[in-house]
Amino acid sequence: MRRRTFLIGSAAALGGLALGYRAWTNAFEAQAAALVTRDGESLLGGWVKIGTDDTVTVYVPHVDMGQGVHTALAMMLAEELDADWSRVRAERAPGEKAFANRFLAEGWILQGWRLPAFLDGPIDTGFGEVARFINLQITGGSTAVRFTGQVGMRMVGAAARAMLIEAAARRWQTSTQELAAANGVVSHAASGRTARYGELATDAARLGVPASPRLKARKDYKIIGRSVPRFDIPAKVTGAMQYGIDVRLPGMLYATVKAAPVHGGKLASVDPTPAMGVKGVERVIRLENAVAVVGRGTWQASRGLAALEPVFTDGGNGAISSQGHAAQQYRALSGAKSSSMHKVGDADAALTAAPGARILEASYRVPFLHHAAMEPINATAQFKDGKLTVWAGEQDALGSKANLVKWSGLRAADVTLIAMPVGGAFGRRIPLTAHYLEQVVQIARHTAPHPVKMIWSREEDFAQGTYRPAVVTRIRAALGQNGMPTAWSQVYTDIPGPGRNDGFHIPYAIANQSIRSVASPSHVRTGVWRSVAHSQHGFYIESFIDELATAAGRDPFEYRRDLLPDGSRHRRVLEIAAEKAGWGTSLPSGVGRGIALVESFGTIVAHVVEASVGRRGVPTVHRVTAAVDCGDVCHPDTATAQVEGAIVMGLSAAIGEEITIERGAVVQKNFPDYPILSLAETPPRIEVHFVRSEGPWGGLGEPGLPPVAPALANAVFAATGRRMRVLPLVSAGRKSASG
Amino acid sequence: MTGLKVNGQLRAVDADPDTPLLWVLREDLGLTGTKFGCGVAACGACTVHVDGKPVRSCSVPLSAVAGADIVTIEGLAASAGVPDGALHPVQAAWIDIQVPQCGYCQSGMIMGTAALLKKTPKPTDAEIDAAIGNLCRCGTYPRVRRAIRSLSEQA
Repeated sequence: MRRRTFLIGSAAALGGLALGYRAWTNAFEAQAAALVTRDGESLLGGWVKIGTDDTVTVYVPHVDMGQGVHTALAMMLAEELDADWSRVRAERAPGEKAFANRFLAEGWILQGWRLPAFLDGPIDTGFGEVARFINLQITGGSTAVRFTGQVGMRMVGAAARAMLIEAAARRWQTSTQELAAANGVVSHAASGRTARYGELATDAARLGVPASPRLKARKDYKIIGRSVPRFDIPAKVTGAMQYGIDVRLPGMLYATVKAAPVHGGKLASVDPTPAMGVKGVERVIRLENAVAVVGRGTWQASRGLAALEPVFTDGGNGAISSQGHAAQQYRALSGAKSSSMHKVGDADAALTAAPGARILEASYRVPFLHHAAMEPINATAQFKDGKLTVWAGEQDALGSKANLVKWSGLRAADVTLIAMPVGGAFGRRIPLTAHYLEQVVQIARHTAPHPVKMIWSREEDFAQGTYRPAVVTRIRAALGQNGMPTAWSQVYTDIPGPGRNDGFHIPYAIANQSIRSVASPSHVRTGVWRSVAHSQHGFYIESFIDELATAAGRDPFEYRRDLLPDGSRHRRVLEIAAEKAGWGTSLPSGVGRGIALVESFGTIVAHVVEASVGRRGVPTVHRVTAAVDCGDVCHPDTATAQVEGAIVMGLSAAIGEEITIERGAVVQKNFPDYPILSLAETPPRIEVHFVRSEGPWGGLGEPGLPPVAPALANAVFAATGRRMRVLPLVSAGRKSASG
Repeated sequence: MTGLKVNGQLRAVDADPDTPLLWVLREDLGLTGTKFGCGVAACGACTVHVDGKPVRSCSVPLSAVAGADIVTIEGLAASAGVPDGALHPVQAAWIDIQVPQCGYCQSGMIMGTAALLKKTPKPTDAEIDAAIGNLCRCGTYPRVRRAIRSLSEQA
C-alpha cells in the first residue's frame, strides 16, 4: 500500500498523531517543494532534493553549531538512498512549517518519553498532538542523530530510493525486484540498462512515498561509520562562513543595548542627550527594561550607549546576593513542600529502621553558569512593506519565528526568520530564552524601513544571560553490613524555568530510593545549559557514590561495578573506561585518579580523570579517558570531537566557572573574571573510546559533559583526601586563601 | 580619511581615528572573517596580523595602524605567497585534522598559529601555550594542538 504519509506504520504507538499527520502531509510537501526547488530539481519525501545534474541536497531541520549534524544527517539519508556521496550536500531546512521536524516528535513518542521541559513554552497545545509539534525545529536535547537521523533521514532516504527504483521499473517495463540501486545509479542486470538518479528524479517525484521502506542492517552500511570530511569546515578556516553577526544589508544601521542589570528591573529614565552628541549616533530608543542606541556603526552605537546614564529599577531584587541565595537554597531543602520525583522501596524507613547500619550524609552545591558562546548575542531585523525579516542564529528557527509573529503582530506569512549559522549556543539560543529577539523587533520598528543589526557587548552578554541554575542537594544513605548501600534518600532544589530537572536516574542497584525536589525560585533568569540538569545531577550522584565507596573502604571503580548488573551496558562502559585508563596502576606522587559514570540523552559515558592540585587549590588535569556507549556511531571523528569538546567545557566549568550575584546583579563582566579553560590548561591527553552496542542510537552533543565534574572532584579527593562538595573547585581554594 | 594597507590593498577609510581596527575591518571594509568576541583583548577571536605580528584588533585604534601592513584571515594565504584560491598551510592542516566545531574562534586561532609558526617553526608546548591564548568554547584545543604539532613536524 502506498500513501503520501509514510512513517506512520506505528499508528498505534503514535495514537492521535497519525490522523492529523495525514491531513498535514500533502500540503507540507507541496509547500516544501515550492520553497526549495527550481527547474530541473525534484523534492522526494519532503526532505531530499535531486537535481537532473545528480546533485543530492539533504534538508536538515537542525542548526549546525559545530556538532557536525549537517554532515551526519546527510550521511544517514545518503546511506539508505545509496547515493553517490561525492554528489551529496546538506542545507539547513527553511524555518517554515513545511520543514517542521516531525521526526523529533516521533522520536520522543516512540521512546515513550514526555517532552523535555525546555520545550514546554513555545509549543501550542491547542490543536492536540499534531500542532503540539508543528513549531518544532529545535536543536537541543542531543536529538539530531538519534531522532531526526534515525526516525527521519534514514526513512526518507530509503523511501526516496524505492521511488527512484519504481520510476526506473516503469520506464523499462520491468519489476522492481529485477533492479538494483547503488552509488546514485539504478541498474537492470538482465538488460544492462542503467539510469542515474538525476535522470529518474522527475518521474520519481510524481510517485507516492512508500509507507514503510526497508532500512539497511548495520553490516551493510557503506557511508555510516565513515569519517568523511565535514561539509562546514572549509568555510570556517577561510573566514568565509557567514554567521548571524556577519549579516550585511544595504542601508543597515547598528544597535547596541543595555538592559536592567538586576533581572526583573525596568528602565526608569534616561536622558538621550549625551548619546546624541556622539558622532554617528542616530537615535536612542527606550525599551521597557533596556535602552538601545542606534548608530551608523557598532562602535558609534557603543560609544553612544557608554555616554548614557540610564536609571533602572531593580524589581525588588536589589538586595540579593549569592551568599543569601545559597542560604535560601539550603533552607529550602528542609522545607515541607517537596515533590517526589522517584521512589523505589522505602528509603526513609530503611534509613531509620536499619539497626547497625551506617548512615552517611552530604550536601553539594553548584553555581550559576554562563553559556559564554564565542559569538556574542546578536540579531538583525527589518520591517519593510508590511513584512518583518529577521536574520539570527537560533537553535529552533521555527519556534523563534512563532515568537516573532507574536511580537510583531504580523501574520505568519509576513514574517521570515533566516536562520544563520551560530558561533556556539549550548542552549542559550532556544526560543524560551531568546529575549533578545524581542529587543531587535522593537528597535527595527524605529529604524524601518532600514534594517538594523543589534550586537550585545560581551558585558551585556554576561549580564543578561540565562544561566544554568545555582542549586543544592542533600543526600543520605545507609550502608549495609557489607558496605553496600541499602537506601538512598535525596532532596534537591530546582529553580522553576526551562533548566529545571528533566529526570535522571541512579544506575546502581540500591533497593530503596527516594528522590524529592523542592522549588526554590530565583529572580535570576535561568535556562538550559549544555546537558541541562544532568550537569548538576551527575555531580551529585557520582560524588556521593564515591563517598560511599570510601566509607565502605572499597575501591571506587570496583564499588560502582559491583552495584551494576553483570553484562549491562553501564557496567561495560565503566569497565572499559577503567581498563583504558589503566585504573589501579601507579601514578606520580600527588596525582589522583577519579571515575564517574552518567547516562544522559540515551548515551552512557564514563570518564577517568587524573589530576593534581596546585598550591592555590587549582586542579591541574593531566589526562582524561572516556568510554562512550551511544549505540552505533554515525561519524566517528565528529563523535570523538563532540566528546572532547564536552570534556573541555566540563573541566572549564568544574574548575573555575561561576556567575555570582551582588546587589541583585551579575558580578562577572567579561572573560577576565569568568575564566574559561585555555589551551594551556587543557589536559595533554584526552582519549575517547566508543563502545559499540546494540542499544538504540544515543545523543552525543551533551552526554560527554555530566561525568566530568564528579570524575575530577573524585580525582582531587584521591590526590589530596579533600572531598569537594562545592563547584567550582577553585572556590574552595579562594576560601582557604582568604581565611 | 585614513589610509590603510589591508591584505596588500590600499584602502581609504572614513572613520573616527579612535575606532578599533576590528570594526573598521568588519563594517567599513566588509572583512567579516575577523570576529568580535570580547572587546577587551581577552579572547583572541579578532586576531589579525599587523606588520607580521598577531594583534587583537578590538583593542587597536585605527590611528595606530595607519600605514601598517594589515593581514586578515581573508588575505592570509596570499600574504604567504600561496597561489590564488589555495589554502595557507595552517588552514590546510585545520581541514586535515578537522579542527573547527562552531568555527567562530577559528579565524583568530589560525591567525595566531600562522604568526607563531612563522617566527618559531618548531615551537615547544610551552611556546604554543604562551602564544595561543585564544579562547574556544567548543573545546577544540586538543585538535588545535595536534594541528600545530603536525605543522611543526613538517617544518
